[in-house]
Amino acid sequence: MSVHSTSPDFKKNAARALGDAQLQKALGNVKQGFIDKREKATQKLPEFEALRDSARDIKNHTLQHLDLYLEAYEQKVRASGGHVHFARHAEEARDIILSICKEAGARTVTKGKSMIAEEIGINEHLETHGITPVETDLGEYIIQLRHEMPSHIIAPAVHLNATQVEQDFRRVHTHLDAKRDLSEPVQLLTEARGVLRERFLAADVGITGANFLVAETGTSVIVTNEGNGDLTQILPKTHIVLASIEKLVPTLEDVSQILRVLARSATGQEISVYTTFSTGPRHLGDSDGPENYHVVLLDNGRSAMLGTSFEEMLRCIRCGACMNHCPVYHAVGGHAYGWVYPGPMGAVLTPTLIGIDQAGHLPNASTFCGRCESVCPVKIPLPKLMRHWREREFERHLTPATVRSGLGLWGFFAKRPALYRLATGIAIRAMGFAGRRKGRFQWLPLAGGWTRNRDLPAPQGETFQARWRREHKRRAA
Amino acid sequence: MKQDRARKPRIGLFVTCVVDLMRPSVGFAAVKLLENAGCTVEVPEQTCCGQPTYNSGDRATTRSIAERTITEFRGYDYVVAPSGSCAAMIKAHYPELFADDPNWLPRANELAARTFELTSFLVDVLGVTRVDATFDGAVTYHDSCSGLRELGVRSQPRKLLASVEGLTLVEMEESDVCCGFGGTFAVKYSEISGAIVEAKAKHVVAAGAPTLLAGDLGCLLNMAGKLSRDGEPVRVRHVAEILAGMTDDPPIGVAKEAQRTGKEAAR
Ligand code: SF4
Repeated sequence: MSVHSTSPDFKKNAARALGDAQLQKALGNVKQGFIDKREKATQKLPEFEALRDSARDIKNHTLQHLDLYLEAYEQKVRASGGHVHFARHAEEARDIILSICKEAGARTVTKGKSMIAEEIGINEHLETHGITPVETDLGEYIIQLRHEMPSHIIAPAVHLNATQVEQDFRRVHTHLDAKRDLSEPVQLLTEARGVLRERFLAADVGITGANFLVAETGTSVIVTNEGNGDLTQILPKTHIVLASIEKLVPTLEDVSQILRVLARSATGQEISVYTTFSTGPRHLGDSDGPENYHVVLLDNGRSAMLGTSFEEMLRCIRCGACMNHCPVYHAVGGHAYGWVYPGPMGAVLTPTLIGIDQAGHLPNASTFCGRCESVCPVKIPLPKLMRHWREREFERHLTPATVRSGLGLWGFFAKRPALYRLATGIAIRAMGFAGRRKGRFQWLPLAGGWTRNRDLPAPQGETFQARWRREHKRRAA
Repeated sequence: MKQDRARKPRIGLFVTCVVDLMRPSVGFAAVKLLENAGCTVEVPEQTCCGQPTYNSGDRATTRSIAERTITEFRGYDYVVAPSGSCAAMIKAHYPELFADDPNWLPRANELAARTFELTSFLVDVLGVTRVDATFDGAVTYHDSCSGLRELGVRSQPRKLLASVEGLTLVEMEESDVCCGFGGTFAVKYSEISGAIVEAKAKHVVAAGAPTLLAGDLGCLLNMAGKLSRDGEPVRVRHVAEILAGMTDDPPIGVAKEAQRTGKEAAR
């Protein structure tokens, strides 16, 4: 574990989020913006469903032969003059990156958007060692100023509004004219551009993530909409690609296949504005590029998922569609999940990375509505995997005692029809009698969880099976 | 009807525990619809499909519940449930539950193959195109998640509703978005569930139809409970009640007396 997690406090986090009017408004935008755009984009592409299948198959094939592809990739990177470092866990990855930065004599490090960087908590680590990391993706830059975590994997600052950003800029950019006009979003963008441009030029090392690593060529691929990734990796002398091992795909052809579902699922674009391929350091005759090219490949528990029911999660291409379509995410936002990855993908992935005892709420806080699975471009059965976590919890007796005993009781009767009929017959008659005047309960003992937010309609008073048998006896008589 | 064999199809009704306990009239509506469509309906001994324990991670208990269901429902031509969620449990999840059990898997698969959600059975299997019912007024329809996404139930209830005399269907926005019920989720994460059903209730009210329908009683109890808590005079019923023309019982969450005195709206 690296970054501090508040996942055990999920319920508290959620309650706070539900009471935060500003956040609720921002979450409304997620709902509207992303869903409609994805819908339109996929409608326009008749072969979208078939492309989802092929994206799933490419990733499955790669995962089945991951060792081979990793080896091939490593060889190609070395052949192109780059270095590959394998990091078993977050700490190792941090140390590797720090030593590369030290070797480069780095004082400033620019960063493209990378969730793996969040996962290993690299910014803090660099800062502790006197190196200044600068986020160059606008959203990441904003949350860095606020010392927050991203609340969404592709839109890190989606929980904020323009006024909040304006306040942050005024607080931090004190060298600029205090009376400047920042009322338009485009003015915020221009200001961030100006500030970042200086940082780009001063940076000694650039760290980017990767959307794909191509085994056939040793190429890393990133997609962005701001072009900040290009400047991050071209301008400094040293470029570090930080990526987890499941980013591998066999060929460039595979990349082009998956790209067709990635942007459409993420933002509804046909393709992101920038898709950047980098292979090794600057070569003779190249007009730009870094002198040193390093790849840090992070495992952090992923290889242990291979061959288990959680292997399917490693297909994830981090498009964010699952959270964009998740009613729970819409209600509480990304920070409530308490760690780096929110929404349905986080509910499956986070327990593998920080432990189910820490992240137990996440796979439980789902209605299993299945909307995430229905939009996932690589068809990850997210509800099924969340259920697998619940099963593991149950086996390990981590399920809360109240839930366990309630279910135990239900299970006991459900297995014994005669007893079930007797007990439910009595209980339902009593409930039906108690609720006969109003037809509903505003409060019931043991049902507080339900009746806090809604009434409980009263039962009609006799069970179906009792009435059915009574009437059939009469019919037969 | 596609099914014009000499013998009437014999249906084992899986009434579902929620209908059994909370609203038997839905079960009787299902029986009527099936009988009108030319089926014989029987009700074998039953409890619950096992979904609550399954979704709570208790596979062992779920398996013994499932084994009972599989055994009790042997021999029927079809098994029909007035619920997409329970039908999906049997159809989609029983085979998964017994995936590594060569003994039970074939039986689970066999049951799965002849199990259907009520409206999809009527339309897709029996080829029913219209029902004999009248209903005066506008309704709006919520697509419950499991039926919609696991069984593809969407057009079937709408097709049948379109044949009900006097009924107009007004679509609400986001009819395909979860109502926040999620079984034990509604109790374990009550506040989040409350926020989700609040959004749903807004869409229901905005649609302007005085009656809300759906095909799953769990979701209906949740939405009805929220609407009545907010004092919204929307009447809530299972779609089978309307299709069977059985609206004598008061809507969900409304007392018999209130219905008689016409006070049901004044909450
Ligand atoms: S799980 Fe699927 S939908 Fe969610 S981020 Fe990953 S690829 Fe996208």
